[in-house]
Amino acid sequence: MDRIPILRMGNYLLVTIQVDLYDRLAQNLETDLVQMVSKTGARGVLIDISALSIVDSFMGRIIGNIGSVSKIMDAETVVVGMQPAVAITLIELGLELKGVYTALNVERGMQLLKEKILIDEDETEED
Amino acid sequence: MYIVLNKDRMVIEKEQDVVPYRNRVKEFAVKIGMSLVNQTKLITAASELVRNMLKYANGGVTTIEVISKGRENGIRLVFADKGPGIADLNLAMKDGFSTGKSLGLGLPGAKRLSSEFDIQSTVGKGTTVTIIKWKNG
Ligand SMILES: Nc1ncnc2c1ncn2[C@@H]1O[C@H](COP(=O)(O)OP(=O)(O)OP(=O)(O)O)[C@@H](O)[C@H]1O
Ligand SMILES: [Mg+2]
Repeated sequence: MDRIPILRMGNYLLVTIQVDLYDRLAQNLETDLVQMVSKTGARGVLIDISALSIVDSFMGRIIGNIGSVSKIMDAETVVVGMQPAVAITLIELGLELKGVYTALNVERGMQLLKEKILIDEDETEED
Repeated sequence: MYIVLNKDRMVIEKEQDVVPYRNRVKEFAVKIGMSLVNQTKLITAASELVRNMLKYANGGVTTIEVISKGRENGIRLVFADKGPGIADLNLAMKDGFSTGKSLGLGLPGAKRLSSEFDIQSTVGKGTTVTIIKWKNG
């Protein structure tokens, strides 16, 4: 396997990371997601990392990159399902997941994306 | 002062060695009954240090040991490379310092995540990092 499937659901792209990623796989995911956002005009990206047993600075940087590039292309990114031990470790490591939102699970993540995108649309209407 | 109960050695020379190495460390940590949070901290620190070896020294050798001090058991990891070495260790240990256009979190982060941390480096000879994570530390 050298690609992680990306599902499209309306305005959203959904990715479930099933295994601890090899670097190449993580880098492919970054490029694939960014291309998909640009191709589909998706407004939200949801990444489920509940199967990841560790997030080191490499993986953290990939997630951050996805968030910031998506943002430039007008899409919000939410990361869901981070294991508590991973969250505790990330804080001690000193890694901030800049440019991405986080939520407890897929349901709340979708809710968050919907709210963010709605707020966005409201703001543009007011201009 | 430490008794070594079990030992393994792995050569790290390519990116694909990182995940199997992390899995091996996990096996050792699980075997001594380390809590999930401590396991995660240990493996994350280990991941940072093998990555540094690959990125800055083209790889190196790691050892994984179960050690015991009094009643406390722990895992000791050594990362030894024959890379360029680090000229200013104080600088390299600072959050945000990177010569690799990265986040500069690996060394200081690995130190925070470990119970004990030691780094020795000689320019032109190489770098050796040793960390210990106690089971309950
Ligand atoms: N094994 C090594 N051999 C030579 N230099 C090293 C080694 N490990 C670290 N360094 C040097 O120390 C600096 C700091 O390392 P550290 O891991 O903290 O940050 P980084 O690797 O640059 O970024 P990050 O780990 O956040 O991706 C590196 O940029 C590099 O110059
Ligand atoms: Mg590093």
